[in-house]
Amino acid sequence: MFHALANPARFLRLMAAIRPWAAGVAVLGLLSGLGWGLLYSPPDYQQGETVRIMYIHVPSAWMAMFIYAVMAGASGVTLIWRHPVAELAAKASAPVGAAFTIICLVTGSLWGKPMWGTWWVWDARLTSMLILFFLYLGYIALWEAFDDPARAGRAAAILALVGAINLPIIKFSVDWWNTLHQPASVLTLEGPKIHPDILWPLILTALGAKGYYVWLLTLRVRAEILSRQARILRFAAATDRRAG
Amino acid sequence: MSAFLAIVGRDLRLGFGAQGALLTTLLFFVLAVSLFPLGVGPEPQILARISAGVIWVAALLAALLSLDRLFQGDQEDGTLDLLAQAPLPLGLAALAKVLAHWLTTGLPLSLMAPLLALLLQMDSEAIPVLLLALLLGTPSLSLIGAIGAALTLGAKRGAVLVPLLTLPLLIPVLIFGVGAVEAAAYGLSASPHLLLLGAFFAGSLALSPFAIAGAIKLALE
Repeated sequence: MFHALANPARFLRLMAAIRPWAAGVAVLGLLSGLGWGLLYSPPDYQQGETVRIMYIHVPSAWMAMFIYAVMAGASGVTLIWRHPVAELAAKASAPVGAAFTIICLVTGSLWGKPMWGTWWVWDARLTSMLILFFLYLGYIALWEAFDDPARAGRAAAILALVGAINLPIIKFSVDWWNTLHQPASVLTLEGPKIHPDILWPLILTALGAKGYYVWLLTLRVRAEILSRQARILRFAAATDRRAG
Repeated sequence: MSAFLAIVGRDLRLGFGAQGALLTTLLFFVLAVSLFPLGVGPEPQILARISAGVIWVAALLAALLSLDRLFQGDQEDGTLDLLAQAPLPLGLAALAKVLAHWLTTGLPLSLMAPLLALLLQMDSEAIPVLLLALLLGTPSLSLIGAIGAALTLGAKRGAVLVPLLTLPLLIPVLIFGVGAVEAAAYGLSASPHLLLLGAFFAGSLALSPFAIAGAIKLALE
C-alpha cells in the first residue's frame, strides 16, 4: 500500500477518490460549526460576544501545529524511503500551514485588543506561534532557493526534521520565558473544561478545517505532479528540437 | 583523529589569515553593541537592564555573519568532494569545520563580551556568568548554523537564507543565555539556565553532525 502510493498515477487516482469526501467534510463542518458558533452559541459570561473569535482562532492553531507534524512526518518518509509523493505532500502542506498560522495570529490579536487591551503581547503561546510561522517561511524559502526540485526537496526535508526536533524545545523555552495565555482547556486529563454548547461548534469547525486541508492537499499535490510532468515534457520537446 | 585535527588546523590557518573572517566578525560585534547606547540613550540604568540581551543578540548575529562561507569555499575549490571521500566519516569532518568556526568566532566573541558588558554598565556579579553562558551557548550557534550553511550550499541567495533558516532554531539559546545573566544580576542562581544551555549544546552536538553530513551529501550529488 505504502510503496504502491509512490506511483504518481495511482496516487492521483486515490486523491481523486478522496477529494469529494474531504470537500464534503470541509463544507459541512465549517458551515455547521461556524454557523452554530457564530450565530447560536451562547456568549461567554466574561468575554461576551468576542468569544466567537475563538471558533476560528482555535481550529487554526490546531491546524497550524497539525500540518507541521504532517510535514515533518512526510519529510521523514522522504528521507528514509525516498518516497517521491511524500515529498510533494510536504511541499504542498507548507503554504497551507503558514496560512493557518497567520490566521491564528491575526484572530488572536483581534481578540487580544478588547480582552487584554493590546494587539500583541510577547506571551509564550503567541511567540511560539510566531516562531512556527518563521519556520514555515524558512521551509518555503528553501524550496524556492534551488532550481533542481530533487535537491530542494531533500534539503527542505532535512530542515523540516531539524525544526520538528527543535520545536518542542522552543515551545518549552518560550513557555518558561513568559506566560499570559490561558492554559489548555479542551484536551485536559479531567475532560474538557468548557461548556458543550461551545465545545460542539468548536469540534465541528475543527473537523471542517481538517477536511479543508485534505481537500487543498489533494488539489495541490495533483497540481504539483502535473507541473512536474509538464516540466519533463518541455525538456523533452526542447531536446527534440535541438536534435531535429 | 589526526585527520580531524588536520581539518581543524587548516580551517584555523584560513580563519586567522588575511582572508579570514575573524577580525570582521569581532568588529561587527563591537560595532553592533556600541550602536545601542547611541540608539536608546546613555542612561546607565537602561543600559544595565538591556545589556545581557544586546550582547547576546549581537553575538548571535555576528556568529551567523561568517556562516554562509563555512562550506561554500570548500565546495567551490573541490575540497568538500575530497572530504566526502576521505575515510573520516563526513559528520566528523563537518564537526571539525564547526569546531574551527567556533574557535574563530564563538570563542573570540565570548572573550570580548566582558569588556562590552563593562561598557554597558552590566552588574559586576553577572559578568563571569555572561562569559560562561556565551562559552556554553556559542558552540550551539556554530552547530545549528552549520546545518543551515550546509542546506543552502549552491542555493540562490544563500547568504540571506542562512539566518532565515537558523535564527528561529536558535531562540532557546538566546532565552537561556540571557536568562542566566539576568538571574545572576538579580542575585538568583544562574545554574538552571546554564544547565539548559549545556543540555542544548549536548543535544545539538550529538544530532547536528548527521544533519550537516546529510545536507553536504545532497550538495555534492
